[in-house]
Amino acid sequence: MQLATLLSQKKAAILGRWLTMIYESYPPETAIFLRKEKNRFDNPAGYRISEGLEGLYGALLQEMERDQVLTCLDEIIRIRALQNFTPSQALAFIFLLKIVIREELAEEIQKENLAAEILDLESRIDGLALLGFDVYTKRREKIYEIKADEAKRRVSGLMRKTGLSEDSL
Amino acid sequence: MDFFKRHFFVALSAVLGLIIIAYVGARGNLQLVFGVVVPYMAALIFVEGLVYRVIQWARSPVPFRIPTTAAQGRSLPWIKRDLGEKLDNPADTPHLIGRMALEVFAFRSLFRNLRTELVKDPDNPEGARLIHWSYKWLWLGAIAFHYAFLVVILRHLRFFTEPTMGFVLMLDKVDGFFQFFTPAVYLSGVVLVAAVGYLLFRRITNPTVRYISLAADYFPLLLILGIGITGILMRYFFKTDIVAVKELAIGLATLHPKLPANLSSLFYIHLFLVCVLFAYFPFSKLMHAPGVFMSPTRNMVCNNRWVMHVNPWNYPVKFHSYAEYEDKFREPMIEAGIPVEKEQ
Amino acid sequence: MAKTPTPAELLPGLSYKPPEKGWMDVKPDFRPGTYCNPASPKWMEWINYPYPAARSIPEDEWALPQDWKEIVLQGMEDRLNRFRSLKLFFDICVRCGACADKCHFFLGTGDPKNMPVLRAELLRSVYRRYFKTIGRALGEIAGARNLTEDVIKEWFFYLYQCTICRRCSLFCPYGIDMAEMTLLGRELLASVGLNIDWAMASVAQCYDKGSHIGAPPQAFKDMIDFLAEENERVTGITTTPSYNRKGAEVLFVMPSGDYFADPGTFTMMGYMLLFEHIGLDYTLSTYAAEGGNFGWFISHEMGKRLNAKIYAEAKRLGVKWILGGECGHMWRVCNQYMSTWWGPVDFLEKPVSPITGTRFENAAVHKMVHISEFTADLIHHGKLNLDPQRNAHIKLTFHDSCNTARGMGILEEPRYIINNVLPEGNFVEMPPNTIREKAFCCGSSSGINANENMELRMQGGFPRANAVRFVHDKYGVNHLGCICALDRATLPTLLEYWVPEVGVTGISELVGNALIFPDEMERTTDLRDRDLVGFGELAEEAGEEEE
Repeated sequence: MQLATLLSQKKAAILGRWLTMIYESYPPETAIFLRKEKNRFDNPAGYRISEGLEGLYGALLQEMERDQVLTCLDEIIRIRALQNFTPSQALAFIFLLKIVIREELAEEIQKENLAAEILDLESRIDGLALLGFDVYTKRREKIYEIKADEAKRRVSGLMRKTGLSEDSL
Repeated sequence: MDFFKRHFFVALSAVLGLIIIAYVGARGNLQLVFGVVVPYMAALIFVEGLVYRVIQWARSPVPFRIPTTAAQGRSLPWIKRDLGEKLDNPADTPHLIGRMALEVFAFRSLFRNLRTELVKDPDNPEGARLIHWSYKWLWLGAIAFHYAFLVVILRHLRFFTEPTMGFVLMLDKVDGFFQFFTPAVYLSGVVLVAAVGYLLFRRITNPTVRYISLAADYFPLLLILGIGITGILMRYFFKTDIVAVKELAIGLATLHPKLPANLSSLFYIHLFLVCVLFAYFPFSKLMHAPGVFMSPTRNMVCNNRWVMHVNPWNYPVKFHSYAEYEDKFREPMIEAGIPVEKEQ
Repeated sequence: MAKTPTPAELLPGLSYKPPEKGWMDVKPDFRPGTYCNPASPKWMEWINYPYPAARSIPEDEWALPQDWKEIVLQGMEDRLNRFRSLKLFFDICVRCGACADKCHFFLGTGDPKNMPVLRAELLRSVYRRYFKTIGRALGEIAGARNLTEDVIKEWFFYLYQCTICRRCSLFCPYGIDMAEMTLLGRELLASVGLNIDWAMASVAQCYDKGSHIGAPPQAFKDMIDFLAEENERVTGITTTPSYNRKGAEVLFVMPSGDYFADPGTFTMMGYMLLFEHIGLDYTLSTYAAEGGNFGWFISHEMGKRLNAKIYAEAKRLGVKWILGGECGHMWRVCNQYMSTWWGPVDFLEKPVSPITGTRFENAAVHKMVHISEFTADLIHHGKLNLDPQRNAHIKLTFHDSCNTARGMGILEEPRYIINNVLPEGNFVEMPPNTIREKAFCCGSSSGINANENMELRMQGGFPRANAVRFVHDKYGVNHLGCICALDRATLPTLLEYWVPEVGVTGISELVGNALIFPDEMERTTDLRDRDLVGFGELAEEAGEEEE
């Protein structure tokens, strides 16, 4: 469990690197704004992404309910699902954590012979990514769903009047 | 060279170029041009340009009354509004004047910049607490800059009249209150340069602002920085013959220009930059100064519903009349029991 | 063998970082979900709009007229001569950036061209190039650029990513109003045939038939009659609306979203219950059946062409004054444009509430009263018999609509009503810099609540949703109240994506819930057939069931 201790100790540095790498996936002008503005209400996207990342990181460190993990993933992915990303681009951020950890802990991994633990951790990151695909698909479906719902709602009064239920649409 | 560098360096080289021109002129026996001709020209361009531009604006009418209502409007008599609300959504002329005064003298809108943050607070049962604090650096920088500039300009009036006007002397005293250096250091000069420095620093370092900035944004800041620095140099480091300056100024002001012999090149640089600033003013964004008085989202009373606003170019439009409408739907309307004008 | 990319290489920013280009060199990326479809020629022909053609945004060729450039420049010159606002706003911006992070589209998308200052520069740069000596002489270094088809496309992209909400103008030290420039810029686009379909279709239908979905008069009546029946079913009270009735005291005009679309329909039911409760002598019009004005989203002229129906109908019917329903931009138009467009309204009387005798001095000349003012006045005079407990299942926060907030200043009235129809403690406010005059927009107003640009709308509304989520998490808010039909149409969608636990309601719906009639049947549900607290087992979950 040496790795877990290390991860806790270096949490701030690793999270910071991870966040920066994600921001850099945006166009430079946007990235600068996301990174600089810390306010929860003036930079909702940046705020939600960093909250989500912290949650995910916590999930890796300790046992966490699947639902909670999904919620954290959703925080980030529901923003990225709206933006100009292909699925691979939208989800690549999860794998970036591997790079960050390998680089941040390079010395310790060598010295303390943590290879086995690292492999285990990376498998769990892969697991996160797989869950991420579920979340991403759900969010894309959600967009189509809300489109359909809105179209229905535009005449929903009319539908009720004619006795048609929304399901018959 | 990227967009930012192009715009920044063009502005910077323009200001440096101006300094060189003035220096060369002062050295090359063109004192008459730089001491008399250019100031007169600048004053002429400034006044004429200003009047021309304001008339240009005024020639376009204000077709609609579109104030930005920044608070509760006048409503039922029992819905009370405090003074702040009455000023932010003025229902009559006195309050409108108040709104404009706040805008012009206190930069009200810029002051509105407000931010909300969730901060950790262990004493709070939720472990955090929402605080509303104002992000007012831009406001502070802007207001420091404008007031310092105003004081500096007023202080310079002492060069133009003999004897110096009373209020200028008093201003001088207050401004030079901190006597930790001889001659007494003017607070306004220090604040001016510091504030311009901040505004320039912000423009360059804040990525979003840098992204939108043009040469026309850097140029006035650099120009004013140049004016401030040359002024400070003259006062504290390379002493200028004040008597000679006053002689020149009074000569110019009384339309009997005289050119004293012992004015330094530094002085000519300072004077030339000031002249450029004045001549540049009417053709630049600096026109925001008179412009704010004419801004229709600010300078109109929010009384749309009880005082009609007339649009001078209002013209009749074709709209779908009721008669056309009824002609189209008469039958179904009768069938549905909706009253019609003509039964067939 | 081609190399499989690593995750880092997949991310555009990491694998390929573009040089930091100046904004003039960045072209908009018309990807699906970010733009509205261009208007179908059919609608444009209905209302005689120029250059109708079948267009497709992703195509290079936008079927602009031959002399599009002259038309646009001439149009710009005309507008500079007619609108001091435009000339002034073009000239006096100092690019201080105070507006930048005030725009919900910038906060939601992060696209720098959505900073109001830069969105304005898109137009301003062309102005400098053709109307300013320095721009003509120095070009790019003076912030000027040529008017090209790419520039037109950029305008189309970004002027339809502005919801005319005026939040920027609030913070601008000179009151520069992007909304004004967006409106005039859209007029320029329209002059060469570029319009968006959702707005144009609504305009054409409103123009021709009366409501944005194009229902003929009989369908309008059917629908309202149905809602009256619904009222009777839920409350046992017969509400009897009348149509095009001459000699009624009041003409009631509401946005058409309130009678075709849920949850607006419940607001409509609320209006009718209220009028029944006080015995108001009112009529509805099948002709002036739309208070909302999509025309104003396209041009000042089209706004006037649609708006004229309201006064014309009031005159024909011989009513004394007009009462207006809950709608945001309808009220900006009615407040700031209507009487200027029409001229003196001498055929109506100064509005007086027949119930309380209150004279609406603030509507003395233009003779139209806002339903929130009217209701607040009734409550203040104790004319309404209200049972707030019937709204006990609703924990509310209130969204100020941009237009009523920043184009009118109607902030206290709805809050006063809310506090009287909800049990104490059921109303909480969102953080102060997201409400009242600083309200964040729903992100879908000004004609861009189309279906095809959903991703954009969800990003634009994110700041609003984020504040709603805050009060939901913190106080358990389950409803977002508003006095705007576009809000009622678009906020449910927004919240479904970001905060699905929160539903949307009009304020008059809450009034309808709370009204006590002497001969009513025992109420066990609200107007939406949801159990009241104390009735039925699902009472507590009522909020979540909705949507």
